[in-house]
Amino acid sequence: MSADTPRIALAGNPNCGKTALFNALTGGRQKVGNYPGVTVERKEGTLTMPSGLSLSVLDLPGTYSLDASSPDELITRDVILGLQPSERRPEILVAVADATNLERNLGLVLELRALGKGVLLALNMMDLAEQRGIELDLAVLSKELGVPIVPTVAVRGKGIPELLKQVEELLQSLNSGLNGKSSAGVSAKAAETAQSVAPESWRKPSSEEIRSRFAEVDRVLKLALRRPPKPALWTERIDRVVLHPLWGSLLLGAVLVIMFQAIFSWASAPADLIEAGVGWLGETVQAGMAEGPLRSLIVDGAIAGVGSVLVFLPQILLLFLFILLLEDSGYMSRAAFLMDRLMSRVGLHGRAFIPLLSSYACAVPGIMAARTISSRRDRLTTILVAPLTTCSARLPVYSLLIAAFIPNVVVVGPLRLQGLVMFGLYLGGILATLVMAMIFRKSVFRGPKSPLLMELPSYKWPSVRNIVLGLLERAKIFVRRAGTVILLLSVVLWFLAAYPKPGAEDAVDPAHPAITYSYAGKIGRAIEPLMRPLGFDWRVSIALIPGFAAREVMVSALATVYSIEGGEDEAATALGERLARDWTLPVALSLLVWYVLACQCLSTLAVTRRETNSWLWPMVMLGYMTALAYLGSFATYRLALWLGL
Amino acid sequence: MKAPISKLGQLRKGQGGRIVAIEAVAHHEELAQRLMEMGLLEGCSVEVIHEAPFGRDPIAVRVRGALVALRRNEADQITVELDSGRKGA
Repeated sequence: MSADTPRIALAGNPNCGKTALFNALTGGRQKVGNYPGVTVERKEGTLTMPSGLSLSVLDLPGTYSLDASSPDELITRDVILGLQPSERRPEILVAVADATNLERNLGLVLELRALGKGVLLALNMMDLAEQRGIELDLAVLSKELGVPIVPTVAVRGKGIPELLKQVEELLQSLNSGLNGKSSAGVSAKAAETAQSVAPESWRKPSSEEIRSRFAEVDRVLKLALRRPPKPALWTERIDRVVLHPLWGSLLLGAVLVIMFQAIFSWASAPADLIEAGVGWLGETVQAGMAEGPLRSLIVDGAIAGVGSVLVFLPQILLLFLFILLLEDSGYMSRAAFLMDRLMSRVGLHGRAFIPLLSSYACAVPGIMAARTISSRRDRLTTILVAPLTTCSARLPVYSLLIAAFIPNVVVVGPLRLQGLVMFGLYLGGILATLVMAMIFRKSVFRGPKSPLLMELPSYKWPSVRNIVLGLLERAKIFVRRAGTVILLLSVVLWFLAAYPKPGAEDAVDPAHPAITYSYAGKIGRAIEPLMRPLGFDWRVSIALIPGFAAREVMVSALATVYSIEGGEDEAATALGERLARDWTLPVALSLLVWYVLACQCLSTLAVTRRETNSWLWPMVMLGYMTALAYLGSFATYRLALWLGL
Repeated sequence: MKAPISKLGQLRKGQGGRIVAIEAVAHHEELAQRLMEMGLLEGCSVEVIHEAPFGRDPIAVRVRGALVALRRNEADQITVELDSGRKGA
C-alpha cells in the first residue's frame, strides 16, 4: 500500500460494534500486528471505494475517552492525536456510537469532534435502537454535533455504502483546501462549543470539563431525541437469571464444564487427523530421501517438532471459539462480574478471570489476553501466574504417567482413582495460581486494589462473520509461531540430542542409547546430581532438557532415551509399561508435581518478554516457577518415600 | 422535606436516586474521572440493579442508559439523594 493512501480510523466506546463495522468495511482483507514496543493489537484493513480509490482502515482499541489509562487506550489516543511515532495520523476519524446508548457514547464523539478536521459519526446498531422505539432527528443531531452522521447496522452490512460516500465527500473537502470543518449546516451553539483544539495541544481534561462535555451531550439529545429507547427488555430478563446469586453462579459453572468438556473431547478427532497428517508427511519424506543428517534434521527435527505443537491447534481454536462467543454475546463481562469478589480475595482483578481461563488451553493466548487489564500491578501478577494453570500441553505427560502408575480402581460410584488424580493435578494448578497471585500482590506488587469499572453490555447474537474472522486471525498467529520460533527450537533440540554421535569405541545398547553421548545427554548427566533429591535419575534429567523448551516434548524425549521404536502412540503405550517397570511411584508423583509447577515452555517466556517489553519478567517467571517446582517435587518425593509408597 | 442522602456503595438491590456529588478523594481524582466518563455524573439518576453472589459485591448500576459494574468500595465515592417512594434507605 502506498504511503499516501488515505487512511480512516475507527474509534468508539467498547461494545459499540466497532469491530463489526471494521469487518464489514474490510472483509477478510485485514492485517493484524502489533504497535511497536507495546503489545496492543494493531488491526488494519483495506477497501476499495466505488470510485476506485483505495483506502486503509485502522480499527482502534475501544475507549470511553481520550484520557487514557490502559495501554490499549493510550494507543487510541496517540494515533488519533498523531503522537504515535510509527503511525501517520489518519485523515478521517469515524466515530462509532451505539445508537441504543447515545447518552454515554456521545461523550467520546464530542471529544473527537473537538479535534477539528475530518470527523464523521457512524450511528451503529440502528436496528436495535429502532426495535427499542427510539425516535431520533438525525438532521438535528448532525447539526448540533457539527458532524455528518450515517446510520449503520454493521453486522448486516447496512449503511456501509452511505458511510463510504460520506468518507469520500469528506476527503474531497479536506483535499480541496476548504478546511474540513466547514461550518455550513452546523448550529451556532455547536460551532461555539466545538472550538477545535489542535491535536498537539491536547491535554488531560479536568473534572469540570468532563461535566460540561456530558452537559453538552444532554443539551444535544434534548433537541434531537424525540423518544429515548425503551430499556433492553431481553437483557434485563436474561440478567435476572445470569446475574442471580444462585442461578448465575450455577450457570457459570455449567458453562465452564461444557467448555472444558468440549475442548477435550471435540478436539481429539481433528487433533488425531493432524497427527496422522504429520506422521504421513514424516514417513513420506523419510521414504523419499537418502538416509543422512539432512533427512534426520527434516523428519526428526522440523516435522516432528512443529507437528507436536500443531496438534494443539484444534484445542486452541475451540477455546477461542468459546471465548469469542462469550465475548460477542456479552456474557464475558458478566462472568468477570460474578467472579470479581473471589478473584479480588487473592488480589486479582475480575478481568483476570478471562486470561486465566484461556491459560487452560495455552498460557500464550492467556498472557496476551491480560492486555485488557489496565493496572500494571494487576496485569503483571496475572501474567506471572498464568503459566501455573494447567495448560493442555501438560495433558500428554499427565496421561502417560497416570496410566502407567495409578491403578484404575473405582473409588466411589463412577469415580475412579485415575480420574481423581487428574482432577487433583488440576486442583493443584488452581491452588498454586491463587497462592502465588496472593504472594505477588503482597510483596513485589503491593498496592491498593485497582478499581473494577466495567460496562455490562446488552446481550446480542454473536455475528458469524466476527467469529470466523476472529478464529482465522488466531489460527494464523498460532501457525506462524509454530513455523518460526518452534521450528527453530525444534532444530536446535534435534541438534543437541543428535550430536555428537557416539564414537566407534562407545557402546550403544539399551543401557547406553545414542542420546547419552550427545550434548543433551551430557547436560542431563551434569544436572543429575541436582535432580537426584527429587528422585530423577539421569534419564529423566536428560528428558527434562528438551522439556524445558516445550513440556509435551518430554514424552518423545523419554521415548528416545529409553530407545523405543515405533510411532508416537505405540511408543506412548510401550513407554508407559517401560516406565512402570523402571520407576517407583514416588518418582512418578514427584515428576507429576514438577509438571504442575515448572515453567517449561519457551513460547510462554517469549510472549512474556514481548508483552512486558522486558527480560526481567520472563526471568522472574522462570526463576520462581523453577524454585516452586523444585521444592514441590522434593517435598512430594520425600513424603511419598516416608509414607512407604 | 429533604430526601435522604446515602453513599451509592451502601445501597441495596432495587434502591436508587439522583447523584448529587462525586467525591474526588485525594489520590482518587483519576477514579472520579473514570466514573464520570462511564456516565456517573451529578444530576443523573442511578439504580442498583444487581448484586454479585459473594458478599453482594460488586454491584451493577443502571446509569445513563447503561449497566455499569463497580465495587461498593468505589461506589462509596458517589453520593446519592434517594428517590422518595422507594423502599427504605
